[in-house]
Amino acid sequence: MKSRFINNLFYFFKIPPEKGRKRPSRYIHMRRSIAVLFIMITIIPLTVMAGINYHQYRETLKKEMKTPVYSLVNDIKYAFEIFIEERLSTIKFISNAYTYEELENNEVIKNIFRALKSEFNGFVDLGMVNEEGVLVSYAGTYDLLGKDYSNQESFKEVRVKGNYISDVFMGYRKFPHIVYATQRLAEDGDTWYLRATIDTKKYEELVNSIDLGPESDAFLVNRKGVLQTASRYYGNVMEKTTLDIPPVTHGTFVREMKDNDGREVLAGFSNVHTDYIFVLVKPKSVILKSWYTLKSEMFFILGISIIIIVIASIRLSNLVTNRIKMAEERRETALKELQHTQKLSSIGRLAAGVAHEINNPLAIINEKAGLMKDIISFSKDFEHKKEFLQHNETIISSVSRCRSITHRLLGFAKRFDISFEKLDLNQTVKEVLAFLEKEASYRHIEIILNLNNNIPEVFSDKGQLQQVFLNILTNAMGAVDKGGRIEISTYKDPKTKMTAIDFKDNGHGMNSEVKKHIFDPFFTTKNGQGTGLGLSISYGIIKKLKGKITFESHENKGTTFTILLPEEETYESIAEEEEN
Amino acid sequence: MKNKVLLVDDEPEFVTTLAQRLRLRDYEVKTAMSGEECLEIYSQFNCDIVILDLMMPGMNGLDVLAGLKTENKDIPVILLTGHGSTKEGMEGMKQGAADYLMKPLDIEELTKKMDELLN
Repeated sequence: MKSRFINNLFYFFKIPPEKGRKRPSRYIHMRRSIAVLFIMITIIPLTVMAGINYHQYRETLKKEMKTPVYSLVNDIKYAFEIFIEERLSTIKFISNAYTYEELENNEVIKNIFRALKSEFNGFVDLGMVNEEGVLVSYAGTYDLLGKDYSNQESFKEVRVKGNYISDVFMGYRKFPHIVYATQRLAEDGDTWYLRATIDTKKYEELVNSIDLGPESDAFLVNRKGVLQTASRYYGNVMEKTTLDIPPVTHGTFVREMKDNDGREVLAGFSNVHTDYIFVLVKPKSVILKSWYTLKSEMFFILGISIIIIVIASIRLSNLVTNRIKMAEERRETALKELQHTQKLSSIGRLAAGVAHEINNPLAIINEKAGLMKDIISFSKDFEHKKEFLQHNETIISSVSRCRSITHRLLGFAKRFDISFEKLDLNQTVKEVLAFLEKEASYRHIEIILNLNNNIPEVFSDKGQLQQVFLNILTNAMGAVDKGGRIEISTYKDPKTKMTAIDFKDNGHGMNSEVKKHIFDPFFTTKNGQGTGLGLSISYGIIKKLKGKITFESHENKGTTFTILLPEEETYESIAEEEEN
Repeated sequence: MKNKVLLVDDEPEFVTTLAQRLRLRDYEVKTAMSGEECLEIYSQFNCDIVILDLMMPGMNGLDVLAGLKTENKDIPVILLTGHGSTKEGMEGMKQGAADYLMKPLDIEELTKKMDELLN
């Protein structure tokens, strides 16, 4: 495929063979190659550029879309930490500020709880648990006094760690809540625990404070992946989330991943107060919406460009190929014409040589016969004198006929060299008519001459002009029927300021198809009788003589050929103009 | 007094026959077979008119014409051309020939032209 393409390219630049047969497939190949070449040199760089752009833009966008997720996750993490820390500190402060005895008093703890509620929202209740794990005092809406917590996880953990933050759970209260607990070691060695319950609504509120946007999700999970706040897509509260939570050791990070529904998402993770992980999930499709718009716009523009390029390339290749084809055809035609002209020229030279050689003996015959005639004429009467004279006259007249033939042959040869001179157009056409008069009279064709004696002399070549006139008149005589009429007029054309000659016949005329081709070489209507070169050569000659040849023809009405020829001044100015 | 004619052509049969015919028409005729001979005879023979063929081996007609014109620029010269076209004849007339005729000749036309030139 590649080598063929290169071959075609070579063809494109190679000068076609001199005597090349017509190969239409060559032009098809050329057309295809040019089109492919054009398309390749335009589309490849365009596509590569578009590809690079696409890739770079996507990379930049990926980096840029991570940043807002990252900072949002961080913000929420701090908000949570502040919230938790605040409440934890408050409980610690209460446990440190009051003695066991004070807190054991239900009235005291209720007062504290009231003050707490007015300062910090989210507290549901407050209670104190003794060393044995029994709730000894309580402020809140539930009747929990005397409840034993010694077997609960929270009690065990707080004894070890000193602080405790629970997961969301239902507990005795039968609604989701969180427990914050802190241990107090008194100076006398007594140990007791202050325990506060916080409504998870507060967590939800924090999460909901983020303007999430569509199809996004944000929630809190514990270390085990159990949801602490409501999630839109990844499970219910207090159940394990369906999202794959990676181990979060410290800090915040954002990663691209696929969720269980197969959505491409960008997820931000951050640990909150060692016990929780805050998760923010944004589907890529939302973030990348502008990217998708851009992408489709880019593909649209690329597609349109490619279509335009392809159409333009095909058009261009057609144009170029047609131009080449036309140029080659013209050249071929010119070559054929030249060959034909050369052939005619050599025939002409041969004829001229023969004619010249014959002229000399002919001159001798002429003189001998003339002398015989003289002698007989000057001598006295003798038997058969009259007969002798008659025969002799026949010889002389035959020589005269031969003379006109040789002169015509010699004239024919002369037609191939152009030599400009000032010419009387009327005289020139009359000389041509001398050749045709006999045929015209045989066929009863009337030749009418409307020659204007006041036309200026044209600057032209007599022999060439005569050939053109002869061609046109021969065609005219072929076109008219017996008894037809040919009218020749000369006049000065006011429009072009050239001298004009009209050849008007009342013959059968031409149809539009013939009209289109009459100046084409080898086009003939004479079915093998003509060479189809007459008018083509005539056209070439008139062009060389800086004249113009036009015609008008109507079927069954006749044809008029008009030839315009320049005077010397006009000729010079046209020649000069052409040179420039 | 007969008019003196110098007839120049490289074809002997043509020259002798035409000379004979002119003599029959009361001209005094001398002949030459080449350009060189023509100029030689011309210097001795004081002729009134020269009939000169354009196409000859050696010196061609136009060279001879030039030679004749340097001897006597007023000598009338009628050129003969076998070429069928008027081009050579016109060229000769530009160089001083009085007229030109195409071969084969019409004797009546020739004598008519000669008489016109001689009177």
